[in-house]
Amino acid sequence: MKLTLHVWRQSGPTAPGRFETYVAPDVNEHMSFLEMLDVVNERLTAEGKEPFAFEHDCREGICGSCGMVINGRPHGKTGLTATCQLHMRHFSDGEELWIEPYRAKAFPVIRDLIVDRSAFDRIIQAGGYISARTGSAPEANAILVPKPAADWAMDAAQCIGCGACVAACPNASAMLFLSAKVSHLGLLPQGQPERYERVQRMLEQHDAEGFGNCTNHGACEAVCPKGISLDFIAKLNRDMLASALRAPVAQE
Amino acid sequence: MRALSSLWRLTVGKKIIMAATGAGLCAFVLGHMAGNLKIFLGREVFNHYAEWLRHIGEPLLPPTAGLCVARLGIIACAALHITMAVQLYLLSDAARPTRYNKVDNSLVLSRTSLMMRLGGVTLGAFILFHLAHLTWGWICPGEYVAGDPYNNVIAGFQHSWLAAFYLLAMVPLCLHLYHGIWSAFQTLGLNSPRYNALRRPLALAFSLLVFVGNASIPLAVQAGVLHL
Repeated sequence: MKLTLHVWRQSGPTAPGRFETYVAPDVNEHMSFLEMLDVVNERLTAEGKEPFAFEHDCREGICGSCGMVINGRPHGKTGLTATCQLHMRHFSDGEELWIEPYRAKAFPVIRDLIVDRSAFDRIIQAGGYISARTGSAPEANAILVPKPAADWAMDAAQCIGCGACVAACPNASAMLFLSAKVSHLGLLPQGQPERYERVQRMLEQHDAEGFGNCTNHGACEAVCPKGISLDFIAKLNRDMLASALRAPVAQE
Repeated sequence: MRALSSLWRLTVGKKIIMAATGAGLCAFVLGHMAGNLKIFLGREVFNHYAEWLRHIGEPLLPPTAGLCVARLGIIACAALHITMAVQLYLLSDAARPTRYNKVDNSLVLSRTSLMMRLGGVTLGAFILFHLAHLTWGWICPGEYVAGDPYNNVIAGFQHSWLAAFYLLAMVPLCLHLYHGIWSAFQTLGLNSPRYNALRRPLALAFSLLVFVGNASIPLAVQAGVLHL
């Protein structure tokens, strides 16, 4: 199939960007989206032009680095998939695609389609951890975890931190990411000691990074490659309210 | 103290304040409608109810003190609600300095959610108009009789343009309530598989009730069921 690509080109963080149009005349439907981009880039290189930069790593949908916005939708149109697992059979001959980087103040463009997502790392550093005894592994059943809590925590832990929620959110809010990271620890016994402190610290960092706030649109949930639910945002909100009103544990 | 003030500082805290004040305003909207429906019981009952509002809390409180406290409460709720909305809007607006070239409209799952900000501004303007009409008597000055709300309401709604305007104003109010009530459940963390399926219907029922109750008054005046 033949596709027309409008790709965002930007040589550096402060440089002005623009769309450049490329024609991909021979796209195979078995290619992944990134393989299609590779082919276009190889041709650009052969022609002595600068290939466009995009981020990728595992190419099996679990590392979260390949996010880009395709026709206004992070990770493209299929849903529940990362860009690398989006296959060209979902596109039709003659289609025109607008490929843009994530647009958010907290995710500055580094080059072309690559954005700096280290704001997520700083949110995790602010509280997305537990205090654990190091040394020999504890006995596996020493801490009992109810099955529903384990399942729900696992649902939250599926978040790969790709940032599609921020890209899709009309407010560029990272609430879905944040709520998944807060919840997968807060649902488990091991996450209890820092539970309320964690919510405060991670939210503080989220706001400081310049992400917007949640207005319950649900666009994040619709594009999340891992299907993280809006229910986690409600849970985050509840923990936030509790963290503001509860007495510190020592004073209870 | 730092934890408590996070309700004011952090975006989720601001949203919690918005949800809580919104809940207060919902209670007012419901009570206001219930009181207004007394107009169907006649001039005497309605005016007596209006007069009673001035004496809430007596004899414990001095005259009109109860009403003043209620009014201050409502104004505080509205002021906080609007302040938080403006702050959150500005924060969110700043969070995406560069817009997308291509927008996928299917990503906006709820049309009513788009209406919240615009609808809120419309609603604020309507409330000021409503106060100017029935509290301050500026809209129909010749017909306004202080202390006779039965006359003021009915004389006002006998103008078909005014009745139509009030009916029209119920649309942004009820859309705002519909999305706002569902949204408040989410913001306050009232989320459980046991009752999540009931949240949308509850929001719909509340906003429909407010629509039907409030709309019935100008409609009844126009139909001649209510008259001076």
